[in-house]
Amino acid sequence: MTALATQVGAVAGRSVRRSLRQPASVIPPLVFPVALLAVNAAGLRPSTQLPGFPTDSFLAFALAVPFIQGALFSTMNAGTDLARDIQTGFLSRLSLTPLRGSALLAGQLSGIVLLGLFQAVFYIAVGLVTGVRFASGPGGIAVLLVFAFVVSLGFGALGSFFALRTGSGEAVQALFPVTFVFLFISSMNAPRNLMTVEWFRIAASANPVSYLIECVRSLIITGWDVRALVLGFGVAVAIVVVSLALASWALTGRLSRT
Amino acid sequence: MAPENSIEVEKLVREFPKGPRAVDEIDLRVEPGEIYGFLGPNGAGKSTTVLVLTTLLPPTSGTARVGGFDVVAEGPKVRGVIGAALQEVALDPLLTGRDHMRLQTMLHGLAKAQRRRRADELLERVGLTQAADRKVGGYSGGMKRRLDLALALVHGPSILFLDEPTTGLDPQSRSAMWDEVSRLARHEGVTVFLTTQYLEEADVLADRVGIIHHGRIVAEGSPSALKDEIGRPSVHVIPCDPDDRQRVGALLDRFGEPLAGEDDVAVRLREGVGLTDVVRALDGDGIAVEDIELRAPTLDDVFLAKTGRTLEGAAEEAVVELEPEPTAEATAG
Repeated sequence: MTALATQVGAVAGRSVRRSLRQPASVIPPLVFPVALLAVNAAGLRPSTQLPGFPTDSFLAFALAVPFIQGALFSTMNAGTDLARDIQTGFLSRLSLTPLRGSALLAGQLSGIVLLGLFQAVFYIAVGLVTGVRFASGPGGIAVLLVFAFVVSLGFGALGSFFALRTGSGEAVQALFPVTFVFLFISSMNAPRNLMTVEWFRIAASANPVSYLIECVRSLIITGWDVRALVLGFGVAVAIVVVSLALASWALTGRLSRT
Repeated sequence: MAPENSIEVEKLVREFPKGPRAVDEIDLRVEPGEIYGFLGPNGAGKSTTVLVLTTLLPPTSGTARVGGFDVVAEGPKVRGVIGAALQEVALDPLLTGRDHMRLQTMLHGLAKAQRRRRADELLERVGLTQAADRKVGGYSGGMKRRLDLALALVHGPSILFLDEPTTGLDPQSRSAMWDEVSRLARHEGVTVFLTTQYLEEADVLADRVGIIHHGRIVAEGSPSALKDEIGRPSVHVIPCDPDDRQRVGALLDRFGEPLAGEDDVAVRLREGVGLTDVVRALDGDGIAVEDIELRAPTLDDVFLAKTGRTLEGAAEEAVVELEPEPTAEATAG
């Protein structure tokens, strides 16, 4: 194993161990989105009667939301963990070792991505148990896991960037309501073409979260919708690229060792 | 041990934007295998110096070579030969002692076969074998400090930086830490740069002491040489009647220079004057005393002689100075 791989493994191992030892970082990202799904599926079921609604199961329609909501939780977890390391001086301890900045970032994010994949498997299981049929079949489920990987990586890197810039867990936590605004002003509860309030439709169309949700949703209820997949993966990869670049830049400033 | 495990500092300066000059043109040299005690009150510049010497903070000007490597131009090489236990014991409360050792051994690139052995060896050395699989969140302050020391030693550094390693520890833990630090220097030839605000610690452990005040080194030498420099003992008197303090003060003035004291009245004795002279004078004036003590010079006396303040008084002054605008940078000293 190369030195870089060993370092990534060491940091990732710590990240996973930390997550597993604090149920508060694992359970809410699983339970909260599913609870919201249950409430929405029960209350908004009549929406499926609207002409042009893409499915007769609101549960299948809304199952895409937990995937993105869970990934947004990843933003908080990644950022809060890193901010705590900065505040406690743990990052200084790591700075005194030969740890490379890239290995630190990759290791931290590996833990978050593993958690994101675990969440995705859980949501898929919830869908299957509650009778949702995945229109894209087992291949679509595999693509869904790849998508969960990319989205967790992107949001995790975004959380890391905020942590590295602010060095404050509280500042990262303050992002939580902002992520919810993005989630709610999206196509999470209705297809964009059925939105009658124009400003909301425009906002949802400008909101990248809509395309992430629609990518997942297409695999669940439509099958293989190339346009939705390209848009979803395109937005997700763009978030990864921009967030990683920002996080790497911020890390350089934070690791001020000579 | 290579002769390069020394520390050389020339005209080192560290300024903070809109802040104080935390380190102000200090020069020092620490010889291989030596324990160098860096003594000073809070805010004097001790921790800032350590951060610069451990490559975590670039100096504003001046040069510093650690283990033969320049701290600015050769940071990674410096980090390869040093171990450091910084002021904040930065441990992860959710990880066990063994988890910490695993992380540290992996990051330092120890071969897989060596990791477990090295971790066990160091955990045993600092007395944490029994607690190795417990989460650090449940450790006492002393246990955390000992684990911190073990982590600093993982890669066998030839130079060790310890930033106030015994602050907040009970006497037993402090003594155990002193033993270990002493053993590292005497038996393994490790050069130790130790900051402390405890006079006794510097006195007991250090081969040489540098006293830092407001970012400047005001005195340097072995503890005994520094005390010899002050030379003369002091007499401390507590009168039975507190109203007699002024009379006692006036009487003591005849025997040397008065010293600041809170509970007692004190004087640094002139050459040729002894305790018996003071006792006779007090008796002659009919002043009853509750307590009278002859004290040999201490490092606090050295500090007082060099700065005009006691170490404790300077610490309080530093706290007052820092209170209006406490920043992380300002408190790094």
